[in-house]
Amino acid sequence: MTTAPERTAVAPRIGVLALQGDVREHLEALAALGIEGFEVRTLAELDDVDGLIIPGGESTTIARLLLIFEMHESLRARIEAGMPVWGTCAGAILLAERAPDLDRPTLALMDMLAERNAYGRQVDSFEVDLDISGLDGGPLRAVFIRAPRLAEPGLGVEVLARLEDGSIAACRQGHMLATAFHPELTTDGRLHAYFLAMTEEALAAARASR
Amino acid sequence: MVTTNGNMADGSGERGETATWRVKAGLAQMLKGGVIMDVVTVEHARIAEEAGAVAVMALERVPSDIRAAGGVARMSHVALVEEICNAVTIPVMAKARIGHFVEAQILEAIGVDYIDESEVLTPADEAHHINKHPFRVPFVCGCRDLGEALRRIAEGAAMIRTKGEAGTGDIVEAVRHMRAVHDGIRRIGAMRDDELATYAKELGAPLELVREVKEQGRLPVVNFSAGGVATPADAALMMQLGADGVFVGSGIFKSEEPAKMAAAIVRAVTHYADPTVLAEVSRGIGEPMRGRSAASLPAEEQLAVRGN
Repeated sequence: MTTAPERTAVAPRIGVLALQGDVREHLEALAALGIEGFEVRTLAELDDVDGLIIPGGESTTIARLLLIFEMHESLRARIEAGMPVWGTCAGAILLAERAPDLDRPTLALMDMLAERNAYGRQVDSFEVDLDISGLDGGPLRAVFIRAPRLAEPGLGVEVLARLEDGSIAACRQGHMLATAFHPELTTDGRLHAYFLAMTEEALAAARASR
Repeated sequence: MVTTNGNMADGSGERGETATWRVKAGLAQMLKGGVIMDVVTVEHARIAEEAGAVAVMALERVPSDIRAAGGVARMSHVALVEEICNAVTIPVMAKARIGHFVEAQILEAIGVDYIDESEVLTPADEAHHINKHPFRVPFVCGCRDLGEALRRIAEGAAMIRTKGEAGTGDIVEAVRHMRAVHDGIRRIGAMRDDELATYAKELGAPLELVREVKEQGRLPVVNFSAGGVATPADAALMMQLGADGVFVGSGIFKSEEPAKMAAAIVRAVTHYADPTVLAEVSRGIGEPMRGRSAASLPAEEQLAVRGN
């Protein structure tokens, strides 16, 4: 009766918050890794996933819809209780503790500042090669679209990549990952694989503690 | 007002490469599952943002008023577009006349986030659309079928919307155009590769793009619905027919309670396949715009036939 819990071969269920935004691109990036992703629009669908991606989109819209459809509190509680989460662009804004120019509350879980549209309007959107700590295989092509500037990381936040001007492009705080750019717009699946591994680790740890 | 910064014309900026196809088409990808609302004042723009719009379209007049006013419909006043850009944090789009590349240059210089080369304005060129490739700002264009969509993409459109019949509040043309696009995509999917060249010729579209549609099973860019959406049910109908999102023109600010109608349409687009939510959001939102049946329009008042 004291045998160590065995890891099952069952793949973790990764959800993509589907209130608004580039949901399909994330689902396709997961599919390219051989993983079926699930759209999450309701609390029941949220209960059914082991990890969640909050996609790119319009942060003002997603923040409102989380409140209107009464998902804000439950989502926050799930993440606080350890569910791995990854926010890309708008998703990163929603994870940030401080987003001063967003007129609705964020989930306020990652100890950082997100300054919306900090790089300018759409004509200033850009792509650049980024070295990301923890990712093998050279730089990753990072697409920034009306992107937020992530800054003021707290002590628990590990910065994984910076732009040349020093602002944060990718960071992690325990089971939470944030990227100011959109890995789902390229065919480079390394960050999706990274998040999948984060979710597998969290599942294994949860099984071990049972 | 922030406008184009010190970026070079070749698309390299201080932080990386700007105005790439991925960046232009990418913004439209971020708008998916959202509602883009026509606004004619700063006050409207704030109501739209508050209701959860993913972007606003800055205009002098909504399409139903353009119809009523008659005359020549042109690009909006620069000052109005700038005021609206400064009033909201969501992306701002603005319309240029079909073929009027100088209106487009001006809108780019102001710093709008997307240009709609639109049949709602009086066309400036009866033969040519704007060559959209050299612009740093992305474009959205209207279409009535797959061939028209692919011609616009070949000219550089990074986003497509089906035209519908703007300013009518009648969904019938929007449905016709969305069905036509998807019918074309399904036909391509069922074709052998050696049949694609002939079909491309029939469509009047580049073979390369027809091949891409076959590979992906959809348009190479995001496709919203426009022209006739007046209720949450209309918006959800277009989503169920395969739209990636919805433009609402006159349907919001010509309704009895614009703020409620706007918020209800936003919710309907998120839960477009859930009739329980659709029923709930359809309650207590006042009268939709009165509208005018598209079939009752004399030929000279039909907007969708402009540009091909």
